[in-house]
Amino acid sequence: MDLSLSEEQVALQQMVRDFVDKDIAPYATAWDRAESVDLAIIPKLGDLGLLGLTIPEEHGGSGGDTLAYCLALEELGRGDSSVRGIVSVSLGLVTKSIVGYGTPQQIERWVPGLCAGEMVGSFALTESGSGSDPASLRIRATRDGEGWRVSGTKMFITNGTWASVVLLFARTGGEGSRGITAFLVPTDVEGLTRSTIHGKLGLRAQATAELVFDNVYLPDEWRLGEEGRGLSIAMAALAKGRMSVAAGCVGLARGALEHALTYAGQREQFGKPIAGHQLVQELLADMAVEVDAARLLTWRVADLIDRHLPFATESSMAKLFASEVAVKASGAALQVFGGYGFIDEYPVGKLTRDARVMTLYEGTSQIQKLVIGRALTGINAFG
Amino acid sequence: MRLGMNIVVLVKQVPDTWAERSLKSSDNTLDRESVDAVINEVDEQAIEAGLRLIEAHGGEVTVLSMGPDRASESIRKALSMGATKGFLISDAALHGACVMQTATVIAKALSTMEWDIVLTGGESTDARLAVLPALLAEATGAAQLTQARKVTVEGSTVSVERVNEAGYSVIQASTPAIISVLEGTNEARYPSFKGIMAAKKKPLQTVNLGDLGIAADEVGLAHATTAVTSFENRPPRQAGAAVKDEGDGGVKIADYLASRKLL
Ligand SMILES: Cc1cc2nc3c(=O)[nH]c(=O)nc-3n(C[C@H](O)[C@H](O)[C@H](O)COP(=O)(O)OP(=O)(O)OC[C@H]3O[C@@H](n4cnc5c(N)ncnc54)[C@H](O)[C@@H]3O)c2cc1C
Repeated sequence: MDLSLSEEQVALQQMVRDFVDKDIAPYATAWDRAESVDLAIIPKLGDLGLLGLTIPEEHGGSGGDTLAYCLALEELGRGDSSVRGIVSVSLGLVTKSIVGYGTPQQIERWVPGLCAGEMVGSFALTESGSGSDPASLRIRATRDGEGWRVSGTKMFITNGTWASVVLLFARTGGEGSRGITAFLVPTDVEGLTRSTIHGKLGLRAQATAELVFDNVYLPDEWRLGEEGRGLSIAMAALAKGRMSVAAGCVGLARGALEHALTYAGQREQFGKPIAGHQLVQELLADMAVEVDAARLLTWRVADLIDRHLPFATESSMAKLFASEVAVKASGAALQVFGGYGFIDEYPVGKLTRDARVMTLYEGTSQIQKLVIGRALTGINAFG
Repeated sequence: MRLGMNIVVLVKQVPDTWAERSLKSSDNTLDRESVDAVINEVDEQAIEAGLRLIEAHGGEVTVLSMGPDRASESIRKALSMGATKGFLISDAALHGACVMQTATVIAKALSTMEWDIVLTGGESTDARLAVLPALLAEATGAAQLTQARKVTVEGSTVSVERVNEAGYSVIQASTPAIISVLEGTNEARYPSFKGIMAAKKKPLQTVNLGDLGIAADEVGLAHATTAVTSFENRPPRQAGAAVKDEGDGGVKIADYLASRKLL
């Protein structure tokens, strides 16, 4: 097995690293305080091709393989998870789903603009009453002539107030997973109200929104994929999405390690740099091992996807492990910083807050264990 | 100017400016192996200026570098930013070349190409001589426009804002011209992912001294016009002076700065 990167992958990694160091990291604290990234970052992501990775050039994408996508997300995750999340959701969940299931008209309408960063997309699955159990979602679209009318509320929607298009999952049939259909809804449609959810612990620079659909008319050509196939579209997107969260977590944890290493080399107590104290080295060594282990689990998923092999269980494994590593490593970094880590002039406090959501969204850690357990035993322990 | 300017941008690969750099004790030349190599930072401004000129007027940007084989990495980066093709002069006999030799070799390479403008960075971070553009102008007979912060072209006239102590002066010349640009001329673009993928298919020609018709025994450390006879590592930083503010902190700082002739 050869884990070395191609020249182009290294160049991509370096480019994103430079971009993060110059255009993201210096502003991350200010964006966190302001509860919004500077939205000018979105077209920049587009110009660099980061919102079009893995999407064919004929659709306005920038090409590249899944490993390249993971490399870019790791670097963005090291800089600011709020920015990384924009890419994971807009490209990973929305653009890829449109390319995978869209009609030529739908692809032409949305994909070039999404890849260019002229717009972003949202993925609207969660509701107040259905999180871990999306098959129980309630928002309903009913037939109205040639089209549909939809009413109901979506909760915790990333990019929600920034998005030009929402990939909406709504119930068009009976109970359960087969009764759900996906739609691509432009956000300037009449009857859609979007409001920002404030007071988040982390990812504060990212828009998370509640979307209220009040009798919104959806022409049938906005339907993505077949009627009743919506949840499988969502689950397919999330299976890859988990890898992208994992890649972002590797970056976050690596960032925590880098900050901790620098600080531990400079801060002196008991007459020497704290990096020279064994218990501090233990913190650093554990972080380093876990970052690498998380990265290898993530790269395995990318490799499986690029070779068109089944990857869903491995993706859950990577997401479970990497998100827990992000929480642990950012906490360990804060420990290395001592009291200074508790103040937002230093970057590690924000990392602990941003890390915390990673074990919650795109399937909680418990849900990942149930996915893995089902694959191991053949027994579904969800219900 | 006729459609399609030919621009050559000179790019030097240097040891990472932020890394701990040193000379080799064996021959007093720069140790290039033990640190990361990067494009000389201000050369990125030259690349950017070249790309903007061809975006406005059409034409091609050729990136030329003299250096070890590894310098092809820096050329690739310039290609991924959008340059058209690369040209690397690499020969073991060039090890330890002085700036006079460098100018001779690059001028020779330039004589094999068609060009209207050569763009360079103002200086390299490893040698900091800033004389190569002038030497090249001398060797090629082209106009010399150095220390530029803005470059514009109209017809066959090149204008630059040349930075001086008072501000800047506007200097014009007809092509062919050698122009060196300063930091802050423009913001160098990042290579895009498409640019990175495209770069690997762009032509990169590598030549040695023989290809350029230069004898190996005319160049290199043994024939250099300058020599490093000895060197010492910089002493470790001393602890700074602490000024305790007892209501007169400002005066104390001013006195300290004055004692250092900084005020
Ligand atoms: C910042 C942020 C951004 C988000 N972005 C999006 C988005 O863009 N699009 C979107 O659709 N959603 C989004 N979400 C929603 C997210 O995916 C859900 O919060 C997540 O799926 C968990 O659902 P829940 O919050 O309803 O928790 P619940 O499902 O109520 O879970 C609560 C607890 O119960 C546990 N639990 C639930 N079921 C089981 C079981 N069977 N066995 C064992 N334990 C169980 C969970 O693990 C968890 O610990 C976002 C959330 C946040 C916080």
